[in-house]
Amino acid sequence: MNKNIVLCGVGGQGTVLASKLIAAAAMEKDIPVMSAETIGMAQRGGSVFSHIRTGEGVHSPMVAEGTAHIIIAFEPGEAVRMLPYLKEDGQVIVSRRIVMPVTATLAGAAYNGEEMIAWLESHVGNLLVVDTEKACADIGSSKVLNILLLGAAIHSGALGLSEEDIASALKARLPEKFHELNLRALTYVREHSGS
Amino acid sequence: MHKEFLMGNEAIAMGAVAAGVNLVSGYPGTPSSEILETVSKHRGDGTYVEWSVNEKAALEVAAGAAYAGARSMVTMKQVGLNVAADPLMSLEYIGVKGGMVVLVADDPGPISSQTEQDTRHFSAFSKVPCFDPSSAQEAYEMVQEAFEYSERYSTPVFLRPTTRVCHGYASVTVKDKAEYTVHTPDGFVKDSGRWVIFPRLSFQNHKKIEERNVTLSEDFSSYKRNQIVTAREQEGEKKPSFSKKGVAAGGISFTYALESLEDLGMARLLKVATPHPFPEKLALEFLEGLEEVLCIEELDPVIERELIHLCGKHHLSAKIYGKLTGHVKNAGENTRDSVQENIKSFLNGDAASDNISSDSTLSDPADEKPSLPIRPPVLCAGCPHRASFYAVKTAMKGRKTIFCGDIGCYTLGNAMPLDMVDTCLCMGAGLGIAQGVGHIEPDTSCFAFVGDSTFFASAIPGVVNAVYNQAEMTLIILDNSTTAMTGHQPHPGTGRTMMGGSVQRVDIEAVLRGIGLTVVETVDPLDYEASVGCVKRVAKEPGVKAIIFKSPCIAIVKTEESMRVDAGKCINCKKCIRELGCPALIIEDGQVCIDPSLCTGCGLCAKICPTNAIIDSSDTTLTDVEKQKGGGHNE
Repeated sequence: MNKNIVLCGVGGQGTVLASKLIAAAAMEKDIPVMSAETIGMAQRGGSVFSHIRTGEGVHSPMVAEGTAHIIIAFEPGEAVRMLPYLKEDGQVIVSRRIVMPVTATLAGAAYNGEEMIAWLESHVGNLLVVDTEKACADIGSSKVLNILLLGAAIHSGALGLSEEDIASALKARLPEKFHELNLRALTYVREHSGS
Repeated sequence: MHKEFLMGNEAIAMGAVAAGVNLVSGYPGTPSSEILETVSKHRGDGTYVEWSVNEKAALEVAAGAAYAGARSMVTMKQVGLNVAADPLMSLEYIGVKGGMVVLVADDPGPISSQTEQDTRHFSAFSKVPCFDPSSAQEAYEMVQEAFEYSERYSTPVFLRPTTRVCHGYASVTVKDKAEYTVHTPDGFVKDSGRWVIFPRLSFQNHKKIEERNVTLSEDFSSYKRNQIVTAREQEGEKKPSFSKKGVAAGGISFTYALESLEDLGMARLLKVATPHPFPEKLALEFLEGLEEVLCIEELDPVIERELIHLCGKHHLSAKIYGKLTGHVKNAGENTRDSVQENIKSFLNGDAASDNISSDSTLSDPADEKPSLPIRPPVLCAGCPHRASFYAVKTAMKGRKTIFCGDIGCYTLGNAMPLDMVDTCLCMGAGLGIAQGVGHIEPDTSCFAFVGDSTFFASAIPGVVNAVYNQAEMTLIILDNSTTAMTGHQPHPGTGRTMMGGSVQRVDIEAVLRGIGLTVVETVDPLDYEASVGCVKRVAKEPGVKAIIFKSPCIAIVKTEESMRVDAGKCINCKKCIRELGCPALIIEDGQVCIDPSLCTGCGLCAKICPTNAIIDSSDTTLTDVEKQKGGGHNE
């Protein structure tokens, strides 16, 4: 099945590994994958994105606006920035925690994450806000943000991949000592979804 | 054959390895750097790889290998080709024996470059044939074919991917090791009539090159990657058909055009994989019966001009649209969406040029987004360049100065609040500019900042020039022991090579003294007082003098240390934030604090804090509010 996936965040948040895991999981199932991501200067604290496209008949790695089945946003402002890519009835997964840019700190300009979340709530039908600060504290590491959000994406059903798919890709790529921690992050949102 | 998930640059490298490449040289530059690194990782025993000191040296090394019958490849970004232009122009007249691929990555946008120059022009200018891949898979196969063409026609050839091909990933079908070509160089054969360029030889070879490129144009018309494509119709969907309209495209733009046509309707699509020599015969076949053609390409209108030329030459009445007619934007990269818009307007017959000026956004203007944070790239937390810039800024406060910058991470020193880069032009240019300004404004204290890799690549002649011509200037070398911006490649000052060997370091201070500088000081920029004192002292000296700020890039030397703000002492004056702009310095709930996940413990902020409120995290002599109240959690 063809899927267009957009990941976005701020340089250094771990979007690249997340996109690699999605691609590896798809490859494992013999699904063709193309992807593109920000490399170079913007990685130094700039807005970054990854586009991933799976399925037959895909020619370019770039997702067209209005065609993403799912946006996985590592930061609320970046979710708003990338929203034009979302397909009608597409799913958005977003981390609640903001990353304050140096420019905002300097200018003393207020950048309010809740304003972003509120805007997303009124504009996105399928929105899953993940309280990543609490989740990371529960799991005991701030470095699992990417896996946590991937788990949320799987839980939403819009990613087209299962926990097992990502878990096996993850085990193949990360040192064994990090497996347990990351697997806990992967299942966290499902286990705390209250249903 | 098997499948691997590869970045376009990795695919190019694996293709070169599969073609039996014997030598790869290059100079780092986004978006080309990963190619040489990947070859280095996957090379066979007999393959030699080097990061050369600059693109000119790299191209000459690759040419020498090809003279000796080796298959060689040289990698660089588009502006690097300007540096390598001198040997390239002559090399085309001499030719090669072993296949030689000149890999030049173009950067539409530009995303990480000074210019949007188009290497396809360089191809026409130098007469070196050009291959232009549209995907990672195609790049993998094309590099192997490029070696074959190079050998068949005894000429170096360009492979010219653009950023989205270089940095896009795909599941690529690659050869197994057993299927790799083994290429054994047959050695250099002396023949001064062939290898020594003289005016008479150049004249003779010029004639041959012109004839060859006519033949090559014919040959390229039947090259399988130049093709007339019909967009595939989605099952069960009937799309409108346009028999009198065609689209011509190349590179990544071809994939955007193909997908757009699959969405919008059936029209003839010409894919140009070899922009020079242009596959004229195939293009004529494409033009047959067409009334209008839209050209979709990035950077310059190369395909568009070729088609206009063809129409003139053959008295065809087809109208050619594109950048020259204002139907496609003439600067910046194409996107899947911009191409869709261009083609939609073209097929609907309302190809109004004003369609393209408004950047398309799908949002309703009445439904305005909250204002989004701007995230310009910044120097990393703990970056020693910040400390170097700040030391110079502090030492020279109140003086008339110019700070000439250069290419590298340290270009980011231009950002507020440092604001320490007054000029930046190209690799090594800061030195010359500082001298030029000094000759016109003798009362200005002229500084040139240059990184260690850039120093070796292109700054040394500038230093010699300054000494010889008795300039008044201070040279600042920002030595972080790596080529940081492009991904931490080694260089002559590191004592490491791409072959994994430890070698004699080329010592920057010794080089400067060898040129004749008598005042050369080396200082650790993280030692704030010493650095400021050093700048004050050295800047006063006459003539050309240098300071080497030496401290390793924080990405290569990891520390466990971090600083913290003692809230009991902090008066929230925010001097640290206002003066340094370090991303680890943040405000939480109105209080300045330090993000421990970013802080490297460089301590620069602690040095400038007026109340000594910034301390080492391991320091337990707390005067925090809670502690004073006796509520500290240590108790």
